[in-house]
Amino acid sequence: MTALHWATISPFLLAILIPFMYKYVRRIHTGWFVLILPLVLFIYFLSFLPVTANGDVVLRSVPWVPSLGISFDLYIDGLSLLFALLISGIGTLVVLYSIYYLSKHKEKLNNFYVYLLLFMGAMLGVVLSDNLIVLYVFWEITSISSALLISYWFHREKSTYGAQKSMYITVFGGLSMLGGFSLLYVMTGTFSVREIIANVDLVATSSLFLPAMILILLGAFTKSAQFPFHIWLPDAMEAPTPVSAYLHSATMVKAGIYLVARMTPIFGGAAEWFWIISLVGLTTLIWGSISAVRQKDLKSILAFSTVSQLGMIMSLLGVGSVAYYFNDGDNALYTTAILAAVFHLINHATFKGSLFMTAGIIDHETGTRDIRKLGGLMTLMPITATVSLIGLAAMAGLPPFNGFLSKELFFTAMVNVTEYGIFSVETWGIVLPVLAWIASIFTFLYCAILFFKTFTGKFQPEKLAVKHVHEAPIGMLISPIILGSLVVIFGLFPNILAYTLIEPAMAAILPGILEPGEQFYVNIYHWHGFKLELWMTIGVIAIGTIFFLTMKKWSKSAFYRSEQDIFNHVYDSGYNGLIKGSQVLTRAQMTGMLRDYFLYMCTFIVLLIGYTMFRYDAFAINTDNLSPIDPYMWIVAILLVISVVAVPFINNRITAIIVAGVAGFLVALMFTIFRAPDLALTQLLVETVSVILFMLVFYHLPELRKEKIKPSFKLINLIVSIAVGVMITLVSLSAFALGSETDFTSIAAYFIENSKVLAGGYNIVNVILVDFRGLDTMLEILVLGIAAIGVVSMIKLRLKGSEDV
Amino acid sequence: MEVLMSIVIGIIFTVSVYLFLSRSIIRVILGTLLLSHGVHLLLITMSELQRGAPPLLNLDADAYTDPLPQALVLTAIVIAFGVTSFLLVMAYRTYKEHKTDDLEELRGSADE
Repeated sequence: MTALHWATISPFLLAILIPFMYKYVRRIHTGWFVLILPLVLFIYFLSFLPVTANGDVVLRSVPWVPSLGISFDLYIDGLSLLFALLISGIGTLVVLYSIYYLSKHKEKLNNFYVYLLLFMGAMLGVVLSDNLIVLYVFWEITSISSALLISYWFHREKSTYGAQKSMYITVFGGLSMLGGFSLLYVMTGTFSVREIIANVDLVATSSLFLPAMILILLGAFTKSAQFPFHIWLPDAMEAPTPVSAYLHSATMVKAGIYLVARMTPIFGGAAEWFWIISLVGLTTLIWGSISAVRQKDLKSILAFSTVSQLGMIMSLLGVGSVAYYFNDGDNALYTTAILAAVFHLINHATFKGSLFMTAGIIDHETGTRDIRKLGGLMTLMPITATVSLIGLAAMAGLPPFNGFLSKELFFTAMVNVTEYGIFSVETWGIVLPVLAWIASIFTFLYCAILFFKTFTGKFQPEKLAVKHVHEAPIGMLISPIILGSLVVIFGLFPNILAYTLIEPAMAAILPGILEPGEQFYVNIYHWHGFKLELWMTIGVIAIGTIFFLTMKKWSKSAFYRSEQDIFNHVYDSGYNGLIKGSQVLTRAQMTGMLRDYFLYMCTFIVLLIGYTMFRYDAFAINTDNLSPIDPYMWIVAILLVISVVAVPFINNRITAIIVAGVAGFLVALMFTIFRAPDLALTQLLVETVSVILFMLVFYHLPELRKEKIKPSFKLINLIVSIAVGVMITLVSLSAFALGSETDFTSIAAYFIENSKVLAGGYNIVNVILVDFRGLDTMLEILVLGIAAIGVVSMIKLRLKGSEDV
Repeated sequence: MEVLMSIVIGIIFTVSVYLFLSRSIIRVILGTLLLSHGVHLLLITMSELQRGAPPLLNLDADAYTDPLPQALVLTAIVIAFGVTSFLLVMAYRTYKEHKTDDLEELRGSADE
């Protein structure tokens, strides 16, 4: 275990302590204890910045399950460090914010912080693991802890619904991803990402390339809320706002982005990878931004905007994968998309984090998040309004904020696509920039709605539950102010990120593209001259403004009034159908009747044995080596058959017992004929006692009746029982015939030779039972003892009340 | 002899499975009783019948019957007795509590 390992699992360790701190130190808000950890982690991860900036990587390895090739390897390169900094950095701010957001008197803080720390540790594990199985384990922990956090207010029905939904969708994706990882293992023989990248030729030429890719993308798309799996994210907004700010904008939903970026060296360069990711990303972008316009709840607008922004980053990663096709790192034509993706990832975390926090402040101070009830808050909450304005302007892509820079880069990347001349972009490539541009108009529109409907217009105190609306306490404002300042700083001086974070991250997403010793050179600047991208931005602002000004006209339309996503209906009906279907299926087979269960068992015994014997051609009859049949044997056998067959037809209980007893004594007789005197003796004794026991019990039981069952049932019973009988006969004959053909020799000779020598007994069967296998016999006596206790207690025990046995 | 025994065993299995599938709890118990007979005979038959003397060394025979299956069957007989008596008492108690020996009436509700 190295320092890096301890750092990764430290949130889990702290999570163990939190309940005790909550219980014994009630005076101090539990959040203060938690706050230290992400801060320390953030500083710790900052210390790796010089390493990755030099193009170096850090690898720390601890074996876990070496026999399966699973090793707890942690790996820091530009990409994982970027995510680790986001997780710990935003984590610090969110914990600080939550201290003021969640009351220490009313909330179950121990639960909240345990879940949050679980999530933080899992997320660090996802981005730092080099081993795919370890990554998968952490991935699923993020799904579980996310569901726990969404259902934090578990008494609300919507919370548990949202938690369930996110869990089902992301775990479904996680399982597909595990399948994809296994396929990668089949192709390359390793779970290590680095080694897979080193053997990428094996993957590219394999016939499993496409299945593995699709399965892994399912995991990424469900986690990152890509169309059509985005439906869980708006419902996840039932979580407390700090959770939404942390998980559902900055970190967890970006795990899918991380996975796609991590897998780019493996799958990048393929036309399927390019088109699937680009189109799914752009569809998500446009679907999310249009849906966001229709929402009336602050957090719902932000949720759909997150969906659309994630789609944007995803599409950039798809477009950027062509760098592998051209294998040319020097040409900005191919690498701009990856640059834009990394840059926007950072920007989105800053402005979306601050926006969620301000939305939480508005909810906290006014008691509502409905934009129809809000308005005129600018004068009451000036700081919140300013921070929101900065965040929204960045999201809408306005200068001089960081969102403008990444939006311009996004346009550049999309326009570049039309010049690639591969993957049939010459016919379809134009779709990409057009979709991107349309989606940006809607992005501008919902940003405008969000700001102007909340902060300007008429203040409507009569619609609010809270009487005195005022600015939030300063502690709650610190985090959004810090994030808002970062929006401005990154907007004005983008190149402080270029060398430290963006270049190493690009090198990690696109390894092996550059010549050894070369590095990506990134220089982001505001003014490009009057190029197409600038005109696109101007067009977005102009058309977006027109839409906003004419809002009164189209806000009456059915489009604006229906908030529900149609994919929710698909999910709901699918979910209900699954439950109903499984109930029908279970009820159909689990009838509670012994007969049915026996029927299933017997049928499957016959089918399985029959198939196996047929498959391996094991039916055989050997008539050579039979022992002769004595005449009296015929009589015994026929008598036995008659007495056995008679039993089902007898309706008198005493007769039934006597006939069964006759069968038992005939079996004893057979044992004598078969030269087994001990068995005959035992059988005689047992049969006698059994008959007496039957007599005793049957005295209390009702008379046997003629069975009243349907003829069809009777026929099925008959067929199944005859099938079992025939099968047993065949097995018996075949086993006898083939038994002499095996290479195994009987071990009987050992007992015959040694029973006198070693155990001093002449009766070999007895010696086996009491000496050679003495322990077995002792345990058998134990079994009998247990049965005896059961018998006695069932006769004697009388339970009180209405309980039954 | 082995072929004859295989057929007899098959018939015993047929009857006991048929008894298993009936509605009366008593018939099910009779089924288990007969089934154990079938299994014991099957085990003995598999070891080749009537080759050599009974496995008693003081007979001084040239060859003895395989003693191992006999030891197995002896254990099985005793265990089968334990099972049968347990089932019998359980049937008795079930009848006392529920006033029926009909398995169809004894089954739980559909939602269980």
